[in-house]
Amino acid sequence: MAENVLRLENVTMQFGGVVAVNNLSLEVNKGEIVALIGPNGAGKTTAFNCVTGIYDPTNGMISFDGKTIVANHPRGKMKKLYAGENAKRYTGVRTVDPTPDQVTKLGIARTFQNIRLWKSMTVFDNVLTAKHMRARQNVFSATLRLTYQEEKRMREETAALLEEQNLLQYASDLAVSLPYGLQRRLEIARALATEPKLLLLDEPAAGMNPQETQELGEFIVQIKNKYQLTVFMIEHHMDLVMQFSDRIYVIDFGRLISHGTPAVVQADPKVINAYLGVSE
Amino acid sequence: MKKKNKAELWIAFAAIALIYVAVAILEQTMDNNHIIFTVLKKGAIYSLVAVSMNLLNGFTGLFSLGQAGFMLIGAYTYSIFTMPTAVKLTESVYKYYEAAVKFDTGIFVGLICAGLAAALFAALIGLPVLRLKSDYLAIASLGFAEIIRAIFQWDVLGPVTNGANVMRNYLDLTDVKIPFTDIPFPPTLYVFLAAGVCIALIVLLINSSYGRAFKAIRDDEVAAEAMGINLFKHKEMSFVISSFFAGVSGALLAMYQYTVQAAQFKAAMTYELLLIVVIGGIGSISGSCIASFLYIAASEWWLRGLDMGKFLGIDAPNLFRSGFRRFVFSIIIMMIVLFFSRGLMGDREISFAGLIRRFNRRQTAGATKGGGIDG
Ligand SMILES: Nc1ncnc2c1ncn2[C@@H]1O[C@H](COP(=O)(O)OP(=O)(O)OP(=O)(O)O)[C@@H](O)[C@H]1O
Ligand SMILES: [Mg+2]
Repeated sequence: MAENVLRLENVTMQFGGVVAVNNLSLEVNKGEIVALIGPNGAGKTTAFNCVTGIYDPTNGMISFDGKTIVANHPRGKMKKLYAGENAKRYTGVRTVDPTPDQVTKLGIARTFQNIRLWKSMTVFDNVLTAKHMRARQNVFSATLRLTYQEEKRMREETAALLEEQNLLQYASDLAVSLPYGLQRRLEIARALATEPKLLLLDEPAAGMNPQETQELGEFIVQIKNKYQLTVFMIEHHMDLVMQFSDRIYVIDFGRLISHGTPAVVQADPKVINAYLGVSE
Repeated sequence: MKKKNKAELWIAFAAIALIYVAVAILEQTMDNNHIIFTVLKKGAIYSLVAVSMNLLNGFTGLFSLGQAGFMLIGAYTYSIFTMPTAVKLTESVYKYYEAAVKFDTGIFVGLICAGLAAALFAALIGLPVLRLKSDYLAIASLGFAEIIRAIFQWDVLGPVTNGANVMRNYLDLTDVKIPFTDIPFPPTLYVFLAAGVCIALIVLLINSSYGRAFKAIRDDEVAAEAMGINLFKHKEMSFVISSFFAGVSGALLAMYQYTVQAAQFKAAMTYELLLIVVIGGIGSISGSCIASFLYIAASEWWLRGLDMGKFLGIDAPNLFRSGFRRFVFSIIIMMIVLFFSRGLMGDREISFAGLIRRFNRRQTAGATKGGGIDG
């Protein structure tokens, strides 16, 4: 039995009257590449935001490495408004609501659908800053340069990471001056700098041509093996999804409609329906 | 490329050392009552508080309007701590109250305590306000500064703050001695050294791992948090450190002025500082320093004649009278804000390589203009 790294249990996220994610349960096993697909507005990014602590899901539980990191049940106003399922199931469970930085510290790193690099910083500093979280220093020792060795180590690791991603030649350029494809690469490098176990990629191939997409797929496999990662990604490029993922979850209107290996999902009439129902 | 950076750094060090030498020489050779020493002292003090404001507003992206309040706390803490106990017990300062603080400290301890007192208040304000997602800091800190000014003038606190009366006879710039001797320390040089050490610490902080985390928060909070930077912790840290140095600069101001009164630290003072930061360039340390000296020089020295009837050799007592200086000053500032909307320096630092590059560019631009077709 494979060890699961990430587990979502009946997760529901409701904004006012809109149920963006509805009773979603899934698991991602160690060493897998799992894809989350679905039409526009299906709730994929929202599901990611629930995992990373940006949103506090209205109901359900999420665990990482066997430890509950998020747990909630409808509270306050939501008690009346709640339109999802399993309204009573988690009422006995103590709520757990971490901030995004705590989740990252546990070992979950992410990239963003609409690239969110730090605009005024160089390529080098973007990666270097992501190493801040794990640095052994405090504000006095860092200011007075007492921990200069820590700083040196961070800089060396950053250079090595950029070298490996073929980004070192851009090290002193502003991150936003890079071409789009490289910005996405840089976001992945920045996420890797936090030393994650699980990498969440939100549409990493958006805006890439078929060749770049292919290269990205190979690159994801490569870093997965090198850093012993587990990868969970949202993607619209079906070639990438079908070729590189071990398993796929399909959601539509916040609900899970199908899951399984690429071959199974591809042949599922419900999936075909969901995608044909919306003009792609 | 690394080598070039090192060379730049050495040039910067040399330039700063040169400034200090120049100040020392100037102070030994010129009449110490010359207005230039007022400008230098006040300019250095304003530089420190402007840089501390820039740390928060420019580098962390938090908008605070409490500087005057923190300076007030610093100035009062300093004056209460360093006023000799003997003075406190006579009626020369505490006329209507019996002084409650019956100990006194030296200048250095006084300066540090001034910073710590301001930092403590900042920590207390930050605790509720900086946890909120939206930016309420501007309102909270402005409100705090107004309230604290009233509180310090409050009768009940009279035994500590001397109510609305002036504080004086504490240790000021004339009481600074060269260590282990009784020779007075050159006052302008002292202010430069004190402010310089503080600014150097802020620069070191900004260029450390923590400074990068602050910039990450400024650039994109969501991304910063997703990369493991604890927003509250770092915002609070930046706010507390910024306020610490505002407190120290308040103490330096008290030293420079010989007397201090709560009524002086109005919101207008904060706006003045904000203006300096904007003129110098949000996110530029050297910009803040240059703007401070220019601002103080203009308001205290160069434009003085506009209030006194005679400016640039023109006698016009009807036009150049009290208040006209403010009018002209406002227009100049408006022009700067309109035409240099990113301030004098933008978010860059002054650098010699940059100056040379700019100079070269101008020359080549001139050359191509004359050159003709192949450009
Ligand atoms: N903060 C929010 N407040 C209200 N509604 C929201 C919020 N965030 C997301 N939604 C809604 O939730 C639904 C799902 O959005 P989400 O961004 O998760 O879709 P997605 O599957 O990532 O789509 P896309 O493929 O376009 O990225 C949408 O209808 C969206 O309007
Ligand atoms: Mg999305």
